[in-house]
Amino acid sequence: MSDIRFTDQHEWVRVDGDIATIGISDYAQEQLGDVVFVELPEVGKELAAGDEAAVVESVKAASEVYSPVSGEVVDVNGDIEATPAGVNEDAMGDGWFIKLRLSNPGELDKLMDEAAYSEFVEGLQ
Amino acid sequence: MSEPATAVDSLKTTPLHALHVELGAKMVPFAGYDMPVQYPAGVLAEHLQTREAAGLFDVSHMGQAWLEGPDHEAVAAALETLVPGDIRDLAPEAIRYTLLLNEKGGILDDLMVTRTAKDGVLFLVVNAACKDADFAHIEKHLPDGIRLKRIEDRALIALQGPKAAEVFARFAPEAAEQTFMTGREMDVAGIPCIVSRSGYTGEDGYEVSLPEQEAVTLTKKLLAEPEVEPIGLGARDSLRLEAGLCLYGHDIDETTTPVEGALTWTISKRRREEGNFPGAKIILDQIANGAARKRVGLLPEGKAPAREGTEITDASGRKIGVVTSGGYGPSVGGPIAMGYVETGSAKTGTGVELMVRGKGRPAKVAAMPFITKRFHKAGK
Repeated sequence: MSDIRFTDQHEWVRVDGDIATIGISDYAQEQLGDVVFVELPEVGKELAAGDEAAVVESVKAASEVYSPVSGEVVDVNGDIEATPAGVNEDAMGDGWFIKLRLSNPGELDKLMDEAAYSEFVEGLQ
Repeated sequence: MSEPATAVDSLKTTPLHALHVELGAKMVPFAGYDMPVQYPAGVLAEHLQTREAAGLFDVSHMGQAWLEGPDHEAVAAALETLVPGDIRDLAPEAIRYTLLLNEKGGILDDLMVTRTAKDGVLFLVVNAACKDADFAHIEKHLPDGIRLKRIEDRALIALQGPKAAEVFARFAPEAAEQTFMTGREMDVAGIPCIVSRSGYTGEDGYEVSLPEQEAVTLTKKLLAEPEVEPIGLGARDSLRLEAGLCLYGHDIDETTTPVEGALTWTISKRRREEGNFPGAKIILDQIANGAARKRVGLLPEGKAPAREGTEITDASGRKIGVVTSGGYGPSVGGPIAMGYVETGSAKTGTGVELMVRGKGRPAKVAAMPFITKRFHKAGK
């Protein structure tokens, strides 16, 4: 089973072997509203934890998506570039943003698990 | 993800505040008021609803006032000392879009002026964020015998969209006869209103001033019609941007003149000849010899929206201007913007670059509006 972790900036990261899939949480897509534009990094780019990985824009505003962990970008989701509304439809699944090859798996321990994130989001409402 | 910070202060509310909350609106501070930015449908759906059927907006935060004097000539002459629009020759029940100017020709606010059926009474509607300053400015400059009476007990709602007229006629058959940019007093569902055929969306529709205690009743009646949904400030902004309309404090302000703001059309031939409005020397010189910069529409060639503050450069990378409003146009289906560029680059079709996140992205100067306006003109 893959393991999912969250940041307090509402990104999620799901790890399978040494590949981390990264996206924004369902709470985040709901807060953003209709996503109309997504800008993704180049494959091959090295990202450190906390680096700006992507940009997501709703009708209202632009927001940065930060990488929760360090690694090299090995894949990006072209589907959400073509159809940004896919982020609203399935933020936790098909609406993923990028895949990284993890360079420091220990960073995952600093992130929230699903229960902790749910509690964190509760506290925001 | 980064989120914009929101400040919670002691905010004012409109008579429809409780209704917005009941309808599930997301409330945000705007011009000192707690206002609905969107309802559960969301900005995109609300925008398209207004373009396809009809949308209802609460604009009660805007400033309303009567300007009164002995007769139309006297009141018009007093207001004309502050604005460049033709108020004198306004027909009864006609509306003028005009500008309050400072001595340098800078724009203090944009406003709507209706000549009411009652001789010597004008009805003014100004922007929420500017209303206190506007009214103080007007009062300070009025001659004896002319009075500004602020209206504090009336709400203002707007019904906009291709179905607006059909819906509104069910409550006020008389409104169907009104043409674009006319306003008159009439009963709407038995409520005494000032009904203006005007708006801020590029669509046909009405702006309705009514007693605040009746605001919930009429709003609920309009919302009960199948063609009507409530629309928040988010869609109001994307609708007006597609229509090429200025947002005061962003696209025009005290540092921009009507000529720079592409609003020269608001200054009539007579007013130019008389040259007796604030900043006339500067403005008339700009009309004759051109201004250094001009407000234009911008159509990005890619998909990335260019937001307010985005730098505009020419092909060589030299800065030639800045975006003042920009985002995604739901009816256009892509990014749109407006901003100021050097006059040499202001011609429609000119290629420019928009510096979004450090990267120059190609765009073209475009004619506005970005959509086809559908107003109810006379003879149509």
